[in-house]
Amino acid sequence: MNAQMTSKSNDSVALFVTCLVDMFRASVGFASLRLLRQAGVAPQAPTAQTCCGQPAFNQGDQRTARAIARRVIDAFEPFTQVVVPSGSCGGMLRVHYPALLADDARWASRAQRFAAKVWELSEWLRAHDAALDVALPSCAAYHHSCSAQREMQVFDQPLELLAQVRDLDIKPLDAPQACCGFGGAFCVKYPDISNRLVSDKLDDVARQHVEYLVGGDLGCLLNIAGRASRLGMPIKVMHYAEILAGMADEPGIAQSGPAA
Amino acid sequence: MIPRSPQAFKQAARAALRDATLQQALQQARTGFVGKRARAVQACPDFEVWRDRARDVKNAALDNLEPLLATFEATVRRQGGQVHHAADAAAACRAIAAICREADARLIAKGKSMVGEEVGLNEALAAAGFEVIETDLGEYIIQLADEPPSHIIAPAVHKTRQQIATLFERHHGGSSAQRSEIDALVNEARQVLRAKFLAADVGITGANLLIAETGAGMLVTNEGNGDLCSSLPRVHIIIAGIEKVVPSMAEAADILQVLSRSATGQPITCYTSFYAGPRRAGEQTGPEQFHVVLVDNGRRALRDSEFRDILRCIRCGACMNHCAVYQTIGGHAYGSVYAGPVGSVLTPLMSGLAVAADLPQACTLNGHCASVCPVRIPLPDLLRRWRNRLHERAIGAATHRYGVAVFGWLARHVRAYRLMTRIGGWLLRRAAGRRGVIARLPGATGWTAHRDLPAPAGRTFFEQYQAGRRS
Repeated sequence: MNAQMTSKSNDSVALFVTCLVDMFRASVGFASLRLLRQAGVAPQAPTAQTCCGQPAFNQGDQRTARAIARRVIDAFEPFTQVVVPSGSCGGMLRVHYPALLADDARWASRAQRFAAKVWELSEWLRAHDAALDVALPSCAAYHHSCSAQREMQVFDQPLELLAQVRDLDIKPLDAPQACCGFGGAFCVKYPDISNRLVSDKLDDVARQHVEYLVGGDLGCLLNIAGRASRLGMPIKVMHYAEILAGMADEPGIAQSGPAA
Repeated sequence: MIPRSPQAFKQAARAALRDATLQQALQQARTGFVGKRARAVQACPDFEVWRDRARDVKNAALDNLEPLLATFEATVRRQGGQVHHAADAAAACRAIAAICREADARLIAKGKSMVGEEVGLNEALAAAGFEVIETDLGEYIIQLADEPPSHIIAPAVHKTRQQIATLFERHHGGSSAQRSEIDALVNEARQVLRAKFLAADVGITGANLLIAETGAGMLVTNEGNGDLCSSLPRVHIIIAGIEKVVPSMAEAADILQVLSRSATGQPITCYTSFYAGPRRAGEQTGPEQFHVVLVDNGRRALRDSEFRDILRCIRCGACMNHCAVYQTIGGHAYGSVYAGPVGSVLTPLMSGLAVAADLPQACTLNGHCASVCPVRIPLPDLLRRWRNRLHERAIGAATHRYGVAVFGWLARHVRAYRLMTRIGGWLLRRAAGRRGVIARLPGATGWTAHRDLPAPAGRTFFEQYQAGRRS
């Protein structure tokens, strides 16, 4: 847990955009900036950032993962807070960087200091009492990513924020803890197992009769939306930041037309 | 162990996904085990503290392994029992066969033992000419079916009631019509097994713990078959891994707090038994001989490795019950006596990484296993350690290794990275056209086999950010 729970005016807040948001859904990054600004800070997105190194880390390429970790820590050194719109990238920065660099005399303490200033976006918004002024007359189900709930201990925060959206009815999934089957390279190495998991997830979503499926990790959301698209299921899959920032009218993931 | 090829896992997983009966059995098991554990834990406000304590008890015992084993052995001998040391699977089977021969045994009644499965005890004893009968109901069922267990505590969890009725019909006669109720099946097995218990010369059980101070093997069961195996035959043999030893009853109690709650959701199992020594003078029941076979089979080497934490495992099965992959494909696809997350850590150690290379990779790293492990084994971290070795030894698809290498280089060279994401994003958007998704992408068929690939929703974040966009 982060030591400092309130933001001081001289805090400098950086957004870690994540590589999937950068490439596939820039609107999640801009929604995050908008929400942080509404909460009273002046966020920046440091342009030296690329990816957190998770693909290498989970593939077993520790050397590459360490090299990327050192670069990320360096790029975010000037900032007092690092906010991430993703539970799995957040877990990489906060949980795995210190472990990766624990035996490196020059980097171990820097990795720990860095980890202590990492926030998942909804966690930051809740801890700073962000107030929202947004309405969406609709109903949605929420997909908790495994990394958010188990590595970042982020579970209630996105729901509490979505509860502030006027006229939005959030329906719980029958199996809120179930994995969607993304798992990074897992979903392409074991497509049949992954397909069963994501199909089970969509069955659960279908039982709730909702218009939106909202989540906080773009990896999961691309997986779920990609399967829904293949099945022709008319569900709008979106990141919660987009909903909270008033972008819910844009096309969902895997739906045609460019998003904002 | 089932002989395996490196491709066996994927083939077995695909077959399991298509097996409607298996899927039905898995679905029932999933809701049963997960719900029962959740309710049991909810009733214990201190459960997280108990998990810490169970972890600490096991860690301390592993730190102090050799002295504890020496104390255990001395206590067993003082009480008139014998202790045998087996360095590997073959030695364990040889030791037990020798005891049985010495005792002039013909029929052996066996309780459930995972280490027995690990060393291939049944096969070895059958080859040595003994008749072995499994007395745990689930083990009895899979013995009749001639299959390995698919779960640590519920070996026949992959079987439906109908399949079991058919199996009993084939082996016991009668018709499956009389076997429509679970009670009827249980009673039938009980009748068959009762005769075997009374006729058996040797009883073999496992042990959940070995208690150094009392020289006892502790066993938890819900069927009481362990007690019959240990008390009716003339000879009782306990087979146990060396990592099962704890100092005293106090530590045993710490483990009991979390064991059955994690396994079946019970506060305690129907039977918790402590077997120590042969029948003493003046006692009415109990075996004439009491033997403990302590199995190493790689455990001491494991204790000094980066996989040491897995030796804390108390074989409750919670990790597999909560594993998304296990729930989907069942235990047999793992091709090992140990399935699920714990099996994916142990099997490469037992059968070599090259043939078991899929197991540490076939995991979404969702962390559910570690979040329920009663002794807090960091299973995803251990699986990642296997992935590190796979990478170091260059096992597995070269495309993934090179893909990560290229991506890793780009991630460290931001200008090249921006250029490549811009070009890549543009190409994907072009390929997707107005539909916004790509249905088939050469080189990414793992993704597009079952899913469309959503095209980037527009220019990259940093293209827009560096052009001045801020919200």
